[in-house]
Amino acid sequence: MTHLIQLHEFDGGIHPPENKRQSNSRPIRKASLPAELVLPLHQHIGAPANPVVAVGDSVLKGQVIAEPEGFVSAPLHAPTSGKISAIEARQVPHASGLSETCIVIEPDGEETWAEHQGLCDALGLEHCDDIPKEKLIERIRDCGIAGMGGAGFPTAVKLHTGQHKIDTLILNGAECEPYITADDMLMREHASEVIRGAQILLQILGAERCLIGVEDNKPEAIVALEGALVQHNEEHHIDVVTIPTKYPSGGEKQLIQILTGKEVPSGGIPASLGIVCQNVGTAAAIADAVDLGRPLISRITTVTGDAVRDKGNWEVLLGTPVSHLLSLSGYRPAQRERVVMGGPMMGFALPTTDLPVVKTTNCLLAPTEKELPTNNPAMACIRCGLCADACPADLLPQQLYWFSKAQEFDKAEQHNLFDCIECGACSYVCPSEIPLVQYYRFSKGAIREERAAAEKAEQARIRYEARIERQEREKAEKEAKRKARAEAAAKAQSAKKEAPVAKEAPTTEPTTDADLEKLQKQLSAAQAAVAKTKEKLEAARENPEMADKIPAFESALTKTQDKIKTLAKEIAAAKKAAKAAPAATGPDKGDPNSPERLQKKWETAAARLDTARKRLEDAEAEGADTVDALRTGVEKQEARVAEAKAAYEAALKSGTDSKPTEATATKPDAEQLQKKLLAQKDRVEKARERLEMARAEKLDSVDALEKALNKQLEKLAAFEAQTSTTGEV
Amino acid sequence: MSTIIIAILVLAGLAAIFGALLGFASVRFKVEGNPVVDQVNDLLPQTQCGQCGFPGCKPYAEAIADGEKINKCPPGGESTIQALADLLGVEPEPLDAEHGAEKDVPMVAYIREDECIGCTKCIQACPVDAILGAAKQMHTVIVDECTGCDLCVEPCPVDCIDMVPQSTDTSSWYWQAPTTGVELIATDRRSITTEAHA
Repeated sequence: MTHLIQLHEFDGGIHPPENKRQSNSRPIRKASLPAELVLPLHQHIGAPANPVVAVGDSVLKGQVIAEPEGFVSAPLHAPTSGKISAIEARQVPHASGLSETCIVIEPDGEETWAEHQGLCDALGLEHCDDIPKEKLIERIRDCGIAGMGGAGFPTAVKLHTGQHKIDTLILNGAECEPYITADDMLMREHASEVIRGAQILLQILGAERCLIGVEDNKPEAIVALEGALVQHNEEHHIDVVTIPTKYPSGGEKQLIQILTGKEVPSGGIPASLGIVCQNVGTAAAIADAVDLGRPLISRITTVTGDAVRDKGNWEVLLGTPVSHLLSLSGYRPAQRERVVMGGPMMGFALPTTDLPVVKTTNCLLAPTEKELPTNNPAMACIRCGLCADACPADLLPQQLYWFSKAQEFDKAEQHNLFDCIECGACSYVCPSEIPLVQYYRFSKGAIREERAAAEKAEQARIRYEARIERQEREKAEKEAKRKARAEAAAKAQSAKKEAPVAKEAPTTEPTTDADLEKLQKQLSAAQAAVAKTKEKLEAARENPEMADKIPAFESALTKTQDKIKTLAKEIAAAKKAAKAAPAATGPDKGDPNSPERLQKKWETAAARLDTARKRLEDAEAEGADTVDALRTGVEKQEARVAEAKAAYEAALKSGTDSKPTEATATKPDAEQLQKKLLAQKDRVEKARERLEMARAEKLDSVDALEKALNKQLEKLAAFEAQTSTTGEV
Repeated sequence: MSTIIIAILVLAGLAAIFGALLGFASVRFKVEGNPVVDQVNDLLPQTQCGQCGFPGCKPYAEAIADGEKINKCPPGGESTIQALADLLGVEPEPLDAEHGAEKDVPMVAYIREDECIGCTKCIQACPVDAILGAAKQMHTVIVDECTGCDLCVEPCPVDCIDMVPQSTDTSSWYWQAPTTGVELIATDRRSITTEAHA
């Protein structure tokens, strides 16, 4: 030690039996290769890694088998050479006992390394002190290094300190939890790597000093580190600080308080105080990664407890099954078998021993029932206050217990529940043996879940509102489009009204046709609307409850009827225009007075007459007010038919006069005439029937129908006369 | 006499000043909309399921602000009713069974994708746009966005949508509260353990 470090003390803490002698009396042994290695993709805090190998692939030792996913994540490497035998969900070492995706490797026993080299050589630099810090951090990330003290936070992420200026690096070698000696043995046997890791970290952080905190129950480790300091000539930057043994001095915040006297603010990170804290095991892994290019594929794990014969530390490949390690250590399962991953204070009991060793597995504890009795049933809290004295975070464990038990989570949060480091000191001292930490873990989980639910609800609300807004926008757009179309139609209409007189353009023909169709569609829609409104009106009249709606219906009815009238006018105008157009184009197409054309005209006129009559009938049946208008329409149409017929006959006559010899041309005419005669007879029949019906019902249309019948009879007579003349020809 | 007049004038003057001040404040610091609606809406679970009979959480929040009952939200359950009662200062009532029962586990929709015919009916039904797909293409649910509202199940013409409980993984799992047995005091427990040993 070159500097005098003023030590501080944190409140609370306990002195449980250390039980470290059992496992730190012999050197680290190398565990043999198991039959298979199981590597969970999620061995760190953050997002799980993403596999980049497939089942059946051969991998080399140190080869990347899963890439990090996102910023807070870490890659995964093959701990030995072999074949990928499965990528599937397997139970993982987690307190929940749940399954997660794992990559399973079947070792080939060759231990063939993938190509790897130190960062200095890889960059081809002469002075290894010149490596830029970005490259160093990148190397640490690529080697999959995550905090090896227990939490497993990706180290590269922790080294991105952002705007915080770091002046102190702290290496955590306290290892305060009973039974565990992994860091102790690492510092004894790999002190040089630890110091080298500290050098690299100092280079990255640009910090002025490094403090390595080691509890005074590890004198051999302290001596080893001092020796390595001299060897690396780093006595002026790095200090090995001996701290008094007390649980939990190895907690990050507690160690910072011991070494610097500064307290990490609630909810803050040490970087805000200019401090970064790393585990000694992490530092050694960083040294291996940077100097040798070796990724994190193995770690030192303590196997201890009275149920194992051969207690000690193992250098074990990640993914090695716990059962393999236990059998190497001579595990004798007792009656109430229990294997704890981690220490007796913060560890959790494994549901089975078929689980793999992961990056954070610092200890496997297999105690006998006598050594570490299972918890007795909890008794009532007697409010003794021992827990508050023991709490290293200066919380009120008793209050937190009551709030957690009553599920008053907001109050628990107000009492700084999230500052609890779950060290278990309160449970240890509790005379009523209340599992206090379990209550706090439950509360924290419930609060986190509540927060996640609130976040999700907020997200759902935003999405819902966005959807509603989108739907309204679409509706408005549709409406705007419809309006624009209607306006355009109206414009075209008015333009047309002016146009036919000024110019007899043939181009108006298609538009008028289209318009006509549209107008007719609108008309039918309006008629349907009228019918509906009428129904509603009647219903409203019958139903006294809806009486207040009658005026609204009536106004709606008159409006639609007005609309129908205007539409009918428009249709008539459009029809006129349509008629004018062919007339205008007529001369171009040859003789408009040819018998064929005239015949066509006549036929269309007759067809129109038919439809007009039908409409009239319908109107009469319904008793609509349009009957009169329709009747005059029918009469006009009749006149037109007669006109067309006369024109046709005249043309025919002139045709026969001019071409008397062409019997072939007239013969079909004769046949046609015959047909028409029959059709005319039919019509007369129909007209008669109608007249009779009208008479029977005493309708006022009787006169009109009589007239119509007379006309039809006249036509029949004319046809008969014609047939006889053509027959003669 | 003059003192009385002065007093009246002073009081009248004060009244005028404060009246003007209050009038100004009410115009200057006018609150748009009903703030209670937003507070109620924040407490509702935002599943947008419509089980309450309103077309979404916001409309129900508006109805609650206008005096609608607070016990019509099954996804929110008792905790939401309690929170609403606290906010509005009314008595909490048990959940109205007419609108459905509270579910124990959060559910998410799952489309059996090989049975999906790509009709887009569920997409139109989803209130939070959590279903992805196009006409005649397979649809799928974005699990993270699904509120488990059930609204997509009914419109599906081939019944290929299931509501499945949301799965727990190691990141969402958390410790359960210790089961509290009978809380004995030390002397009682001693007698029980000796009995057990005997």
